[in-house]
Amino acid sequence: MQGNTACAEGALAAGCRFFGGYPITPSTEIAELMARRMPKVGGTFVQMEDELASIASVIGASWTGTRAMTATSGPGFSLMMENIGYAIMTETPCVIVDVQRGGPSTGQPTRAAQGDMMQCRFGSHGDTSIIAVSPASVQEMYELTAKAFDLADRYRVPTFVMTDEIIGHMRERIAIPDAVGITPRRPLEQGSLPFAAGEDGVPGFPAFGNGYGVHVTGLTHDERGYPSSTDPHVHARLVSRLVEKVEGARREMADFTVTNPDAEVVFISYGAPVRSVEQAIRDMDDGRIGHLRLRVVWPFPDFALAAFTSARVFLMPELNLGQMAREAARLTNVPVVPVPEIGGELHLPDRLIALAEGYL
Amino acid sequence: MTGNQGGFQDWLREDRLPHIYCTGCGNGTVINCTLDAVDKMGWTPENTVFISGIGCSSRAPGYIVTDSLHTTHGRAIPFATGVKLSRPDLHVVVFTGDGDLAAIGGNHFIHACRRNIDLTVVCMNNFIYGMTGGQGSPCTPMGAISTTTPYGCNEPPFDLASLAVAAGANYVSRWTSYHVRELTKAIRAGLETPGFSLIEAVVQCPTGYGRKNRLREAGAMVAWMRDNAVLMQKWRRMQEEGLPLPSGAFPVGEFVRRNLPAMGVLE
Repeated sequence: MQGNTACAEGALAAGCRFFGGYPITPSTEIAELMARRMPKVGGTFVQMEDELASIASVIGASWTGTRAMTATSGPGFSLMMENIGYAIMTETPCVIVDVQRGGPSTGQPTRAAQGDMMQCRFGSHGDTSIIAVSPASVQEMYELTAKAFDLADRYRVPTFVMTDEIIGHMRERIAIPDAVGITPRRPLEQGSLPFAAGEDGVPGFPAFGNGYGVHVTGLTHDERGYPSSTDPHVHARLVSRLVEKVEGARREMADFTVTNPDAEVVFISYGAPVRSVEQAIRDMDDGRIGHLRLRVVWPFPDFALAAFTSARVFLMPELNLGQMAREAARLTNVPVVPVPEIGGELHLPDRLIALAEGYL
Repeated sequence: MTGNQGGFQDWLREDRLPHIYCTGCGNGTVINCTLDAVDKMGWTPENTVFISGIGCSSRAPGYIVTDSLHTTHGRAIPFATGVKLSRPDLHVVVFTGDGDLAAIGGNHFIHACRRNIDLTVVCMNNFIYGMTGGQGSPCTPMGAISTTTPYGCNEPPFDLASLAVAAGANYVSRWTSYHVRELTKAIRAGLETPGFSLIEAVVQCPTGYGRKNRLREAGAMVAWMRDNAVLMQKWRRMQEEGLPLPSGAFPVGEFVRRNLPAMGVLE
């Protein structure tokens, strides 16, 4: 099965019943599959006039209580930033798949990249926090896309599947589970204020058409959902909560694996470069190289770095000029060395081995 | 005001009043007419959703008791598309303005007409960006003064109603805040018509538009609408007979009512 196919199938298995999209390489197969499959499962597929409209339709659908997603790549992702900010401010669960290609601008439509990792985190204006997962195989495209819906619903925040052209177009055998465990959105208790959050910072969801009479606005709003855009306290309380409900839950949602925790030289990777690192470690076959492999990338699991108690250096191969490496560097006193690869080729394992041996 | 009086008052969020509109603004009239029409349809706050973009007009859903989305500038229609396609049993009404609909939202507007999706869009056309203080919009008439057309607008305006007809909407009409009864009936007709409906409501903005264009008083602007609005039948007859159309005049009435294939209609 192709990665993009697995992404769509994982979404359907997780109960996604609305897809609003716009064709763009290398994500188009996801929309094509959704166009074929959605009507057969009682869902909605709509091809919108652009990516601004795609994400808007997804947010609208989500307010009816429907699990909704879109898929795109760099140029379309840039267009979505406006309404991604709206989804963050209004706490609208939604899943956005970015099959990353070389940028900036139109760049390399058919070549892989991981250049949008900071854009998904900081692309909206204002202070924000979001969740992002990054699959490294076709199997994970299925699993992590499904998981993204649970994370989006649990924390009421846009959740990104940050994949790339390599994983999206790769074909691998996968095992499809009989069913995907779904944790549905917690509904708002009748009589509660629609934007009043409990201890976890996440309010219950008042889906449209149930008599809640909820007013949803991108303006700074109070717990009733009413605009209150000049009161400094209302703004500080709201935006701090929107950030803290995600940042404060980084341990709860962390998803990573640690290999050889006693190693002195440690790779950190996510997405397609995971495959190069794993091959390098297999080829060296002596346990001297460690690996922190991230499945949930944002929020970054800062505490995971501490698992490598003997680490002298972290090496971070990415298909960009060192985006997540900067995040890792600010979270540890151990030097973090970016290992960039741009242009569309994956890091060769031999290059990673030679690099690691230079530090041993 | 107390609840359960019937009519538009049952639809207002009283704890949100007073509203932000300027003295003399025409938007309140259009909201009143819309709620009256919705109420006469027998719809309830539980099965009706109001959606808007950004601008003065778009503040309207915040004063209405239903579920509502006050979205981003120009994007109300694609949000509404998502709601309607997911829950075709809900009645979805969009409030927008000339800047929101015709400038930043222009592409969404024509594509929603083309899809003929079952929404009713009420556009308060005040010829101006009111919320930001009176800048020129795609509907500012030639020669009119705004803060960004200080020497007179030198761009021809959009004819929103004709645009919607050309793009495929099933129902299109234009009235003004002077024509309260006609406007209410037109909105009602839009709500009844399956597919996309546009009701363009020309409204006075004494603060942002009138002050700069010798129509300082709200009453003067309403009188201007009364005197320049020409009924569609008469307008068409004048066109057919080749009579000169008076400068500043504009047609009001029903532009189209048809039954082209529509999207999002509950089966």
